[in-house]
Amino acid sequence: MTAKKKTKIIKTIKVDVDLCNGCRTCELICSAFHAVPRYSSNNPERSRIRVIRDPLRGVFIPVYAGQYTPAECTGRDKYIIDGKEYDECAFCRASCPSRGLFKEPDSGLPLKCDMCESDPSLAEPMCVQWCLPDALTYEEREVEVEDEAENEQEDVEIGLESLADKYGWQKILDTVARMSKKD
Amino acid sequence: MRYAETGYNLEVDLSRGNVERVETDSDLAELYLGGLGTNAKILWERVPADVDPFSPENLLIFGTGLLCGTPAPSANRTIITSYSPQTKLMAFSMMGGFWAPELKYAGYDKLIIKGKSPKLVYLWIKDDKVEIRDASHLKGKGAVETSEIILKELDEPKAQVAAIGMAGENRVFFASIEQGRSSASRGGLGAVMGSKGLKAVVVRGSKDVNIANPEETIKLCSDVFDYIEYRERHPIKGVPPILAGIGSPQEMAVHDEQWHTTNFAWGNARVRRKDFWTPEVEKKWTFSMESVRERFVSCYNCPMKCGATINIPDLNPYMMKCYSKLTYTMASFTDLDAGLRMAQRGTEYGVDAFSAPQVMAFALELYEDGILTDKDFPGMPEDSEGRFNWLLDRIVRREGIGDILADGTYWAAQRIGKGAEKYAHNNIKKHEQLPLKLGMLNPIYFLMYCTGEKINITQIEGNFPQAPFPKREQREEFVKDWPQVPDEKFKKYFLDWEPRGENSIPHYPTIEATCEIVDWQERMHYIDDSTGMCSGLSAFPLKPPYHMHNLPKLISAITGFELDEEGLVKIARRNRTLVRAVNIRRGMRRGDEKPPEDHWKRRFPELEEKLLDAYYEFKGWNKEGIPKKETLEELSLDYVIEDFLQRGILADSEDEST
Repeated sequence: MTAKKKTKIIKTIKVDVDLCNGCRTCELICSAFHAVPRYSSNNPERSRIRVIRDPLRGVFIPVYAGQYTPAECTGRDKYIIDGKEYDECAFCRASCPSRGLFKEPDSGLPLKCDMCESDPSLAEPMCVQWCLPDALTYEEREVEVEDEAENEQEDVEIGLESLADKYGWQKILDTVARMSKKD
Repeated sequence: MRYAETGYNLEVDLSRGNVERVETDSDLAELYLGGLGTNAKILWERVPADVDPFSPENLLIFGTGLLCGTPAPSANRTIITSYSPQTKLMAFSMMGGFWAPELKYAGYDKLIIKGKSPKLVYLWIKDDKVEIRDASHLKGKGAVETSEIILKELDEPKAQVAAIGMAGENRVFFASIEQGRSSASRGGLGAVMGSKGLKAVVVRGSKDVNIANPEETIKLCSDVFDYIEYRERHPIKGVPPILAGIGSPQEMAVHDEQWHTTNFAWGNARVRRKDFWTPEVEKKWTFSMESVRERFVSCYNCPMKCGATINIPDLNPYMMKCYSKLTYTMASFTDLDAGLRMAQRGTEYGVDAFSAPQVMAFALELYEDGILTDKDFPGMPEDSEGRFNWLLDRIVRREGIGDILADGTYWAAQRIGKGAEKYAHNNIKKHEQLPLKLGMLNPIYFLMYCTGEKINITQIEGNFPQAPFPKREQREEFVKDWPQVPDEKFKKYFLDWEPRGENSIPHYPTIEATCEIVDWQERMHYIDDSTGMCSGLSAFPLKPPYHMHNLPKLISAITGFELDEEGLVKIARRNRTLVRAVNIRRGMRRGDEKPPEDHWKRRFPELEEKLLDAYYEFKGWNKEGIPKKETLEELSLDYVIEDFLQRGILADSEDEST
C-alpha cells in the first residue's frame, strides 16, 4: 500500500535537565493555566509537568504528562548518566498506577500535557514562558506523515482482526449490528 | 472563598497530643497581611510577656507569607516566630525553600506548636491527615540526615521537611531549623523546637490556593519575570560583584571574594586582612568551590540559583547559600576547603553559621589570653580546623566547655567571668553580628544596627547603596534608572552623597534624610516578611524587581482587597510597631539599642543620641523607644495601648515610660 504524504506540525518542548534549577515554577503555572476559570487557582498536584527532584544528588528532571496506562511496566529501568543514578521512573511520562504523578488529586483521573492549546493560541506553552533558566524551550517542526485516511482503514482492520481472534467473527458482527441500531 | 490564604491554622499541642484545624479571622490579612504580621499578633495575644523561651507555654509558630503558594515569583518564605533563648526577645527567623508553599497546599496558613512532648517526635502533615510520630530513632541524627530518613520511611519523596540537628535537641542557643537549601538560623529557634521535643515537621499538600483576580495577577507576575531578566542583563556598575546583581548575594557562583575577605574581620571579629586576596588565593578558592559544587539550587517558584549542593568526598552532601560560605573559614583563619567541610558539620548539627563560628573563635581567643585554660580544652587538637571541630562536637552535646559556649558569646562570657565580657564584643542585644569593623560612623547603619529587631543587618538593609559612589557622573547614571524609589527625594540624597568632604558620613545624609532612608529600607523587609517574599528579589538588593509601586497592585490582585501604596505603608508600620510592642513588653528599652562598641573606630556620641532621638520621633516612639499612644491608635493597635497602660509602660496622660 503506498500512502500519500502530507505535512504536520509537531510541537516539542525540549528539556535541558542541566539548566533546570528545580524551582517548580512550571508546575505552578501549568496548574494555574488549566484551572477553571483560567489562573483562578494553582496546585502543583494538578500539574501536567512535574519536576523529579533530588537536590542533594543534583537531580532535577522536568517530565511532561504523556499517555495514561492502566498497567505498570513489568521491567523497570535505571539510568546512570555522568555518574548520577536516576530513579527507575524518572524519565517516564506515563500516568501510571505505580506512582502518584499526573493524576487529578480529587478524581484520580489521568492528566496529559496539551501544550496549553487554547483560543487564541499562546506563542508558547506557559511552562516554557515562565522558565527563566531556559531548561524548557519550545520548538515546532514540520514532518511528513502518511495520509491518515488510509491509515485509518488499516487501523480499523487491525483492530477488528484482533477482536475477532479473541471473540470470533459472529460475536463481532452481532455487536456491530446491535450498536449501529442505536444511532 | 479565601484568596491567597487557606483560612486555616493547624494547632498542635504536643503536651496533650492534640491536633486541631482552626479557622482564622478573614479581616486579619487586611490589617497584617500574614507571615510575620499575624505571627506577631498571635505571640502578643497568646504568650504572656514573662514566659521563658523553653517553657511549654511558649509557642513556636511556623507562618507562611500571605503570597506563598500563589504565582507571585519568589514568595516562598516560612517565618518562624517564638521567644529567643539567646536575646529573650521575639525571634522571627525565616527560611526560603519549599516548605511554606507545601503547607499552603496542605490547607494551612500556619502551624502553631505549643506544649512539650514527653519523648522525641516528628509531625507528619499530609493534607487533612496529621500524625504525631515517634522520632526516637532520629535522636542525635543530623538535620539533613533526618530529612533523608523520614522521606524514605514515609515513602514520600515530594514531602518537605524542616528538621533540627543535635544542637536543637540539646537547646544550643544558636541552633537552627534546617530545611533543604534553606534554614531559619537566627535567634535559636532550633533550640525552642528541641525544647518541645519536636525533631521535624514534614509536610505534603495537594489542595488549591485561590487567586482573586487571575488575569491581572498573571500579568503582574510576568512583568516581574521580565524585570528579573532585564536586571540579569544589567548588573549595577561601580559596586563589588556580590552587590551588582539580584537574588541573595551570589556566593555560590561568584569566586571573587576580595570584598568579604579584606573588608570583613577574621577570627573573633577583630582582624582585618587587607592584603589577603591574591591571585593565588583566588585560583585556589575557585578550584575548591568548583570541585565540590555539585549544582545550583533555587527555592520554590524562583528563577534565581542562590544556593548550591556541596558534595565533598567522604562527607554527606548538603546545601549551602550566601555568606555561610566564608564564616567558618574566616573565624578559624583556615581556607575555603576547611570552611566548606566545617559548614557541612554545622549544617548537620543544625547551628547558625553566623553565630557558631564566632562562638568558637571567641573561645579560642579566651584560651590564647589565658582566661580559659588547658583544663577547659582537654585533648583539643593543635590545628585550627581540628579545634573548631572539637569545639563544635562539644557545643552541640553541651559537654564540658561546650555547655557554656552553647549559650552564645554573651551568656558564656557572663558565666566565664574574669573579663571574658570584653571578648563578647560583637553582639547586639546579646546576639552575634556580622564580623564588620569599620572606620567612620555611618549614620544610616548606626540607626539600623541600633533599632533593628531582627537583630541582623542583612535583614533590614537594602535598596539604598551601602556607600556613596565616588563620582557625580556615576551617581547620575545610577539614579537615571531607579523606579524603585518610593519618593524622588531619595535620588537627591544619593546624588549629593560624597565619599569625602562636607556631604559625607557621619554628617551626611542629614539626620532627617537618614531617618527616611532607614525607614524605607526597613519597611521593605517588613513587607517581605509578611508576604513571604524573598528579600533577594525585593528588599535586599539594589534595584529589585519588587518595590513600593508594584507590590500593592500585586497583593491587591491576588487577595482581592483594596490596597494602595499608602495602605501598604500603614500595614508595614503596624507590623513593625507590633513587633516592637512585643519586645517592649519583654523589657527592651533604649539602653539595649546600640551597635557593638568597636563597630566603628570613630564614634560621635552626641550625633548618635540625636540620630536615635530623631528616629524614634520619626517612628512615633517616645524617648525610650516605646510606641506612643497616638501612634498605636493611628495603627489600630488599641489592644497594645490597653496592655501598656495596665503595665505602666505608658501613662494615661503622657507618653513617659516607667
